Amino acid sequence: MLIIILSISLFFAVLLAFVGDWRYAPEINIAGSAATFAAGVALALQVYLHGPMMGGHKFFFVDAFNVYLAVLTSFVSMTTAIFSRRYMRLEREHGRVGHWKMRFYHAMYQLFIFAMLLALLTNNFGVLWISMELATLSTVLLVSLYRTPTAIEAAWKYFILCGVGIAQALFGTVLLYFAAERVLGVGGDALLWTNLSQVSSQLEPTVLRLAFVFLMVGYGTKVGLVPLHNWLPDAHSEGPTPISAVLSGLLLNVALYALVRCKVLVDGSTGTHMAGRMLMGFGLLSILVAAFSLLRQKDIKRMFSYSSIENMGVATFAFGIGGPIATFGALLHMLVHSLTKSAIFFTAGHAAQMHGTQEMDKIRGLIKGNPVVGWAFIFGAIALVGMPPFGLFASEFLILTATIKDAPLLTPLLLLGLGVAFAAIFRKVQPMVTGLVPSWQTPLKAAHVPVLLHMTLVLILGLYMPRFLSDWFHLAVGILK
Amino acid sequence: MTLPLAAQINSVMAALILLTAFGLLIQRRILGLLHLFAWQGFFLSVSTAIVGYVTGVHHLFISSLLTLTFKVILLPYILYALMKKLKIRREIESMVNIPGTMLIGIALVIFSYHLTSPITHLSNLVTRSTLAVALATVMLGLLMMVTRSHAVTQIIGFLAMENGLFFAATSATYGMPMVVELGVALDLLIAALIFGIFFFHISTTFDSLDVAQMAKLKEED
Amino acid sequence: MIDFSSFITEALQLLILLLAAPAFTGWVKTFKCLMQGRTYAGIFQPYRDIVKLFSKEVILAENASWIFRFTPYIVFGVTVLIGGIIPLISIDLPLADTADVIALVMLFAIIRFFTALAGMDIGTAFGGMGSSREMTIASLAEPAMLMAVFTVSLGANSTSLTHVVQVMAHGQFVLRPSLAFALLAFIMVHLTETGRVPVDNPATHLELTMIHEAMILEYSGRHLALIEWAGMMKLFIYSALGIAIFCPWGIAATDDPIAMLAGGVFLFCKLAVGGVVLVLIETGLAKVRLFRLTEYLGSAFLLATLGMLSFFILE
Repeated sequence: MLIIILSISLFFAVLLAFVGDWRYAPEINIAGSAATFAAGVALALQVYLHGPMMGGHKFFFVDAFNVYLAVLTSFVSMTTAIFSRRYMRLEREHGRVGHWKMRFYHAMYQLFIFAMLLALLTNNFGVLWISMELATLSTVLLVSLYRTPTAIEAAWKYFILCGVGIAQALFGTVLLYFAAERVLGVGGDALLWTNLSQVSSQLEPTVLRLAFVFLMVGYGTKVGLVPLHNWLPDAHSEGPTPISAVLSGLLLNVALYALVRCKVLVDGSTGTHMAGRMLMGFGLLSILVAAFSLLRQKDIKRMFSYSSIENMGVATFAFGIGGPIATFGALLHMLVHSLTKSAIFFTAGHAAQMHGTQEMDKIRGLIKGNPVVGWAFIFGAIALVGMPPFGLFASEFLILTATIKDAPLLTPLLLLGLGVAFAAIFRKVQPMVTGLVPSWQTPLKAAHVPVLLHMTLVLILGLYMPRFLSDWFHLAVGILK
Repeated sequence: MTLPLAAQINSVMAALILLTAFGLLIQRRILGLLHLFAWQGFFLSVSTAIVGYVTGVHHLFISSLLTLTFKVILLPYILYALMKKLKIRREIESMVNIPGTMLIGIALVIFSYHLTSPITHLSNLVTRSTLAVALATVMLGLLMMVTRSHAVTQIIGFLAMENGLFFAATSATYGMPMVVELGVALDLLIAALIFGIFFFHISTTFDSLDVAQMAKLKEED
Repeated sequence: MIDFSSFITEALQLLILLLAAPAFTGWVKTFKCLMQGRTYAGIFQPYRDIVKLFSKEVILAENASWIFRFTPYIVFGVTVLIGGIIPLISIDLPLADTADVIALVMLFAIIRFFTALAGMDIGTAFGGMGSSREMTIASLAEPAMLMAVFTVSLGANSTSLTHVVQVMAHGQFVLRPSLAFALLAFIMVHLTETGRVPVDNPATHLELTMIHEAMILEYSGRHLALIEWAGMMKLFIYSALGIAIFCPWGIAATDDPIAMLAGGVFLFCKLAVGGVVLVLIETGLAKVRLFRLTEYLGSAFLLATLGMLSFFILE
């Protein structure tokens, strides 16, 4: 099952490299992603019923933590593929992408999914690094797909900053291997999570402390933690919208997953909460900086990228606090944020297409112009800022509860960040959806299904937590102790 | 070859790698940069081969060969061909003055020595003393990327950083497991392809490879 | 007890310094002519030049002060003193205990100080220009020199020159990157201090490009003879210093006359090779622009510091 889930996306990547500019290429893309999703669900069922499993000569390891992320990844990639069908058709009609670019786009899309799933499902820290780098590399040229000066600048910044960051993570991995080798012996086994998590108390604390600093800088850059976040607003706002959606919704989650795995090892080794405290610090900093930056944004996708930074900061902060409530909240936050953010990007993408620009001052009258897009947008924004009854409210409430319990002095800061983000986003969204339809708005056929699906899920999760999901999360919390 | 002699030759190679890292920092001509980078790769592969020979870890020979092929022959050649195609011949100006950059570089070397001393004390490998040099090379590559404003030199700084990382893997642990090393090499190859494509895009869109021109994405406008 | 044999060694070394220094300069000039395909004047031409200058009349400017008149003697005397400290053919020198390498650098600074003052003394434009350039370069070259010397002393655990040479001569053959860096830095500083290409062209007659020559433009007669002779001795001393520190094999450890003779022969052979290397460097490199000299000397300092760091990190 493991091999199937990975090989599907790899196969479709190769296939689409050849047929990516056919008329029905987007449908093939959807089919591939749907197959991956089905395989993911089957894998999840297996793990849910039979417990954690290893595969491929201990190369892969699936437990509750990463299987839920794998299902989420394959689900969002499927819905994004559905969205991308309408969206890229429109882009093709407008002439912004041609033959080769479509082929490239579809092939890289599937390759990106493959890299993310590999990162999630692998047992080996070295392979985790390799697949993170592969995920970055597969999206770099997608960000610069439109070849405008700003797109190239964004892609260059993305390439350089993430490349540098991830090189630091490689050094951290080397140090981790150094510490592991002394306990577990030479060879590939020393980098396996299953082995490392068992002997984490025997690993040398000084080495692991140093390793964590580098790993934090490395993977933290990819999560978008301040002050290493400079690439994120540019990269997420310049590429095609489906790419922005998967970058914001999925890649940040995978990077955070890598960071949290490292944190478990380091805290197990040093016995202190040093890693947790660092995560808390950077998370809180990200929340505050991103929230205040939201006030100054003029570009719609850029604004939502900063919102991604802020939400990732919340999740990082929660993982840093540790303990059952905060970790549960963080896991739920990762889930609902993915769904909400990708839905928002879907609607924002369509809004930008309708008006021919991404500047928020030029976008007006969405509800009157295209009711589905307009209402989806406003509900998405409400969900994003954490209003009940949507899912983000539930996760942020849990995280606040844990903060008041474990780190009461930081609660005002957290509230400040969340409040400022609320005000900033609302201030910008409200004029965009209300008012008369401007003359430069063109109608289009929007992709309804993905947005509605996501918003429904987020609403359900805000009101009611299904049994299997809470069991899942409890299992994951147990792993992350 | 006896162990102490091998350790000494390894130290000499480490010193030469550090020297080339500084050389990359202060060199102004792009062709000179390419030559220095090739030399750095050469010293790196010699060091890896010696460690492999003396300690009997045979997959290091494969790593050494990979380094030789990619970093000494292939990558410099690709960069040179790109430069010829894009007709880049002139000098590059750095942002910080050169003596200042040198001093910052020296400070970084001292800092990395300080950072890695606990690990050096813990390790019992032949190559333990070179971990500080490896981290220093990484940091010097980083410094080079920060102080330069030309796309090609930023990429060379990035590749020099990767050299340092590879050297760190050999000094700390006699090389990572083969799977990991192959994966890293593959990633590097893809990265090389990508930045090759990038140079063309940047050059055609901006008519120069001066990275300082790419500073338009800001909040204010 | 007073040990006469070591005093004889000392006197012998000073004699060698005084008599052989012009020959070394002549050798360098001859080989340079050979490399450049010109006819050479012979190894002994500098001797003829000095003798000629001694027989000429001294012309002094009217406003020359005592500094101008005394500087040649001070420079010559201090140079001879330095020659007494450096082990040329033997390590057993009684004067060596009075000064270690740091004091050596200070002695060179005294020479430079007085020459710079003399350059400014008359009040001509070129003299002042030469002095200011010389001082700028010196302020950058001295740290590099000191750092290179420190790196070597770290290995020998002492700054006394004879002790360093002794350790280096009788130590095992060990590949030491710190010494390699220190050697490179020392060569760069040597070229600077002795005023060779790529820092300063010794054969130039364009005053605007001069650094060292500009300071002594006003001298004539026996003053100029002494200063020229001191300049040749400085070249000899610097080269011998480099040889003594970095490849001292063959130097005599006792006052055995056979050992000293062997030491002398070794010294001349090494100096001959050193002269060849110097000429190759001079012919192969172009003179660096004055404004780029900071980078050149900065690189020398960098190399020396790298050597010192390598000592701590790698050894």
